[in-house]
Amino acid sequence: MSASRTARKLGVIVVVGALALTACSPGGGGGDEAATTDDITAEQREEALSTPTELTFWTWVPDIENQVALFEETYPEIDVTVENVGQGLPHYQKLRSALEAGEGAPDVAQIEYQYIPSFVLSEALLDLTPYGASEIEDDYVGWAWNQVAPGEQVWGIPQDVGPMGNLYREDLLTQAGITEPPATWEEYATAARAVKDTTGSYISNLGATQAGQLIGFMWQRGAKPFGYDGEQTVSIDVNSDEAKEVATYWTDLIQEDLISVDVDFQDQWYQGLASGKYAGWLTAAWGPVFLQGTAESTSGLWRAAPLPQWEEGDNVSGNWGGSSDAVLASSENPIAAYELAKFINNDDASALSLATEQFLFPPQTSVLENAEFADQESEFYGGQKVNELFSEISDTVDTEFQWLPFMEYVYSSYEETIGTVIAEKGDIAAALDDWQDQLVSYAESQGFTVE
Amino acid sequence: MSHPTALRAERPSATAPPRRRVSTTKRKQNIAAYLFILPFFVIFLAMLVVPLVYSGYLSLFESRLIGGEAFAGLANYSRALQDPQFLSSVGRVGLFLLIQVPIMLGIALVLALVLDTGRAGGSKAGRLLIFIPYAVPAVVATLMWGYLYGPDFGPIAQVSRAVGLGTPDFLSPENILGSLINIVTWEFIGYNMIIIYAALRSIPPELYEAAEIDGAGPIRTAWSVKIPAVRPAIVLTIIFSIIGSFQLFAEPSLLNAIAPDAITNSFTPNYYAYNLAFINRELNYAAAIAFLLGIVIAVISYVVQLSEQRRERREGAM
Repeated sequence: MSASRTARKLGVIVVVGALALTACSPGGGGGDEAATTDDITAEQREEALSTPTELTFWTWVPDIENQVALFEETYPEIDVTVENVGQGLPHYQKLRSALEAGEGAPDVAQIEYQYIPSFVLSEALLDLTPYGASEIEDDYVGWAWNQVAPGEQVWGIPQDVGPMGNLYREDLLTQAGITEPPATWEEYATAARAVKDTTGSYISNLGATQAGQLIGFMWQRGAKPFGYDGEQTVSIDVNSDEAKEVATYWTDLIQEDLISVDVDFQDQWYQGLASGKYAGWLTAAWGPVFLQGTAESTSGLWRAAPLPQWEEGDNVSGNWGGSSDAVLASSENPIAAYELAKFINNDDASALSLATEQFLFPPQTSVLENAEFADQESEFYGGQKVNELFSEISDTVDTEFQWLPFMEYVYSSYEETIGTVIAEKGDIAAALDDWQDQLVSYAESQGFTVE
Repeated sequence: MSHPTALRAERPSATAPPRRRVSTTKRKQNIAAYLFILPFFVIFLAMLVVPLVYSGYLSLFESRLIGGEAFAGLANYSRALQDPQFLSSVGRVGLFLLIQVPIMLGIALVLALVLDTGRAGGSKAGRLLIFIPYAVPAVVATLMWGYLYGPDFGPIAQVSRAVGLGTPDFLSPENILGSLINIVTWEFIGYNMIIIYAALRSIPPELYEAAEIDGAGPIRTAWSVKIPAVRPAIVLTIIFSIIGSFQLFAEPSLLNAIAPDAITNSFTPNYYAYNLAFINRELNYAAAIAFLLGIVIAVISYVVQLSEQRRERREGAM
């Protein structure tokens, strides 16, 4: 039968096509140019900035064109093209592809702190010390500077940070008889019970797959889950006693149904914030403005406070999020590129506008102390000076926190091991052991020495 | 490829004796024929064969973040065969295949038969309506279903709560496979229906007359005349579905955004290969996984064809 033969032939073609399609995957290697180590002189800088130059800048900060325009006004010979190639993972994937291909990479790129080591590992970032970066160290809060300069070299200029605090619904807590924000985690657990019993709300939500939040809590507890020496040695300790203490605390609250485990940054979660399903959100300094946009209808009901503490009288916090602007080693105009990264995040006017217009939470001390920023009173938070509060919290973030040079894998493995356990309300502390095992075996298979 | 064999077989063998003297017209025709298929083969080589060979080559290497690339032989393949994540992803789509394909093709066949009888009013409009979901891109379809499944303000959940049935959790780890089956079935019923319907339309009407004379009613005609006649088309849809199932990617990768706890990184083999390449940065291992997946698809498709051929032969002998 000819119809059946055609069908069969078609089948064969389709199978071959399928084989070909599934087998497609990019690959290849790339070389890296060695950076110069001599310090840049004032003349060199002068010359570079007065020569017509084109720079490409990859970032997903909205409206950064405003700050770039300030830069171009100051240095009219430099022409900057801003490109938004995606936020987070897609951004890094494109960056890595361009680096591997050896062309198409930008001169300056936004890089979140936790991803800096992975680009250091592939020698993709320019050490900014010869360009004068170490001179501006004191312009930034110490722990933020440590994020871009864990050793001798400086890999980027801090742009924004996310020291963690507690945003809560004052009305719901008052209804439950809680007049002061919980000062310790113990009080927080008690408050959670009271809130649930009287109002039916969860005191807050722990995003099931949100690694950044739980890592922030570990950061506050003083855990040092990750370490990287900049070369071949990593240390992985995600199941330390401190980390397990944090994990057990949340396991208990989740199992008592006092904390919800909805996936965050989803419609359902946005609704929960607006509808009072959650009476609070333990979040970072970028959270207050974000919440304002998400839960407009609850304006005036929210207040901000520092995170509850592990020991009474302590004052420590962790960090969640934030990024830097780094110069790629492949840039042909490193001096101008450095000046751009520096200007955006160091020039008084530019840095201040990042904080007051784009609402990035600043790591620059000049902005933190600036009255225009610090004294801002927010109606959404009942007239509270939220910026000032988070400025104070920023001083309490543990300074020595580090990352691994393969955070993409760390997060995806978190989702697999911890995320599923949180969603099933299982034992998070036990899941930390699985996470540890996966991370160690991945690091070893990639040729790292694990300490 | 079976193209060349088929062409050769059609050439009359009677021209064998004066073999030397192929007429010039004939030769010109041959050259023209080759020129016509040349563009296809250029693209076929550049877009399919070369990448295929290259990724086969890649799959034989091992690239580490520290230490660079090294020849690894078949190490990636033996690792894949022992990789519980890969095996369970293949098992998952296997289960998906066993449940989803019969449901989808069954519905498609019934719809095609109903439309073919011409009894159902508005058959043209019906055909179009059934086909429309296939015209909706998979991405849009998944986003739409993701909204419908939403536990808080998804319409299904709201209706269910309104009648006091509680909130169905379509996106939980236990139910996600079923939810996915529903999405894919919705997307592809129309497509398969059209293939079967087209085959039904090409059945010579004499067969129906003969069946009618033999006293067969519509159901009997459908069962004994129509279905056997469109069996090749059904086999085709089965093979398409097998390939489609093993290549599931867009749906799980989008659902991952709203149900990250239910869709693991290795939910389907294709999605796993993607994550290996772009999250774990293990390109070489991902290439090996992709190759193995291709082999699995080829083997299963071949087995289906073979069993169909056997069956045909057996029936022919009877």
